Amino acid sequence: MGEQAFFIAILSSAVIAGTPILYAALGELITEKAGVTNLGVEGMMLIGAVSGFMAAIVTGNSWIGLLAAMLAGGVMGLIHAVLTVSLRANQVVSGLALTIFGSGLSGYLGKSFIGIPVTEPFRGVALPVLGDIPFLGSVLFRHDVLVYLSWGLVLAVWFFLQRTRAGLFLQAVGENPGAADSLGIHVFGLRYLYVIVGGMLCGAGGAYLSLASAPSWLENMTAGRGWIAVALVIFALWRPERALVGSYLFGGIDALGFHLQAAGVHLSHFFLQMLPYIFTITVLTVVMAKRGGRLAAPGALGVPYDREER
Amino acid sequence: MAMAVKFEKRLNPSAAMNLAVPLLSLLAALLVGAVFLALTGRDPGEVYSAMFKGALGSSYGLSETVVKAIPLMLCALGISAAFRMQLWNIGAEGQFYMGAFAASWLPLTFPDLPSLVMLPGMVALGCAAGGLWALAPALLRARWKVNEIITTLMFNYLAILWVDYLVYGPWKDPKGFNFPLSAQFSPAAALPTFGDSRIHVGLVFAILLAILFWILFEKSRWGYEIKVIGASESAARYAGMDIRRNIYLVMFLSGAVCGLAGMTEVSGIAGRLQPGLSPGYGYTAIIVAWLSKLHPAAILIVAVLFGALQVGGFFVQTMGVPASVSSMLQGAVLFFVVGGEFLTKYRIVIGRKEVA
Repeated sequence: MGEQAFFIAILSSAVIAGTPILYAALGELITEKAGVTNLGVEGMMLIGAVSGFMAAIVTGNSWIGLLAAMLAGGVMGLIHAVLTVSLRANQVVSGLALTIFGSGLSGYLGKSFIGIPVTEPFRGVALPVLGDIPFLGSVLFRHDVLVYLSWGLVLAVWFFLQRTRAGLFLQAVGENPGAADSLGIHVFGLRYLYVIVGGMLCGAGGAYLSLASAPSWLENMTAGRGWIAVALVIFALWRPERALVGSYLFGGIDALGFHLQAAGVHLSHFFLQMLPYIFTITVLTVVMAKRGGRLAAPGALGVPYDREER
Repeated sequence: MAMAVKFEKRLNPSAAMNLAVPLLSLLAALLVGAVFLALTGRDPGEVYSAMFKGALGSSYGLSETVVKAIPLMLCALGISAAFRMQLWNIGAEGQFYMGAFAASWLPLTFPDLPSLVMLPGMVALGCAAGGLWALAPALLRARWKVNEIITTLMFNYLAILWVDYLVYGPWKDPKGFNFPLSAQFSPAAALPTFGDSRIHVGLVFAILLAILFWILFEKSRWGYEIKVIGASESAARYAGMDIRRNIYLVMFLSGAVCGLAGMTEVSGIAGRLQPGLSPGYGYTAIIVAWLSKLHPAAILIVAVLFGALQVGGFFVQTMGVPASVSSMLQGAVLFFVVGGEFLTKYRIVIGRKEVA
């Protein structure tokens, strides 16, 4: 394989490997912007992956699969919202419960679907003109629709947060819910909304694994990607455009391991598989050390809102 | 006329609710599980009674329940130490594997050591490895406030891949027909068991540690310090407590106990290093610790309950029910417990009008 072909292969699979993380990270970003930490991303992705897969198998339509995945992720979000927003439960433990439950339930539901191929997975479509650009075209513009949609989503989230009134309200709820409340913003309602929206995007990220990049169902197939997405939001400093870059960086590390192995590098594949986790720890540490532990985190992140203690 | 529902904060957590919530949570989780079982065309009654019988209905089932409860007890005790300081160590799984790895090194390298040297050596190595594995995220947390939830979890994947590497690679038994297993340990490396059951001395370790933890965390000055830091870091700093030092101490202790769990599992049960040593003990133990409100005695009891759930889950596999049914139930229990804590902290007042 020529050098250029090798790079194209790595970069193009970086995009594929980064996309599920990107969807989940955008979901988590929105949820955290509203002031709620969600550590259930891994479980939400698994539930999304399995329900999207089952729906696609049953209906033969991957779009219905994607919808089912988002719906299931949204339901998981609803559970998290009831526990953390209404019942003011510990957000860390509620998120862990989501992950453990999601991993168990997806394993249970998906057992009889292991090894079945998807009839119509999301396949790569070369965009006209763009897809023919040398190098760049093969890296960026020969992917499945969900990759292109994710770019639109990054733009949409950025625009929503920076340029719209509703986006301002969302940030107010996460920064200072007491003040937002006194301005007449419905804190509880908005937190519910954005925890659920976040869950739907995590579900979509899971569906990307089972319907586009794999495309198949395997127990615990997310393999920590949900946690990487949580880390990525910190790395991205809660900014969608940085989440995009970060996702592809992680995707690249993931792809690098895979391609090095295929190229016959003499390193056990167990070590290559460690790369994304080591990278996550390193990147997180560098960001924190550089910023001296002071982040642009939403002011009320992780704190349940209690009207009476305003 | 709408009824007004109000939540009033209780001055003191309700003792009755403290007991009722975990029990009701278990029941509610079983109900949720029943719904999913029924939805997938299974008879919940039949599955549950089979799980119950499998785990508690025979002396073999009972002893297996205790066998599975031992690593849960140890990991949950370890986790509870960190949780007391609001340090979210969810890396018990990885610390377990590193403990198992380090403990295995001794009998694999010096198979001829006598039991009296071998077992204490394995315990020391297992504890040290688990503790050090937890110390790394603690360092990042103490120095740069790196979120320990994410790092301890990432370390889990690393530890599991490391053990996989060993048993598929350099530690693979040359006489093992290419199976990913290390060589069998010598009999001197096996923890003594009770009678002819598989219940090993790890149970005694867990009980002794529970007593030690109770004294350490409930009765000692240091335990009080940990509690204060957990409640408010700024108050603790104001009182002149060394927070960094305590992060290191607590995380090392937490990891060491989880590492001990890994040691007892390779020594008392497996007799060799192998992949899949833990069916997620480190994660289940989080639920055990939380459900027990971090109380050592409660941890011992709750661990037996979850051990039973694990054994029951394995047992119903013969009926074609995936074993993941037990982790689904575990997650559901945790939902209800976390949600139910609301009832211990708040009183629900229903009425038309407030009396001033």
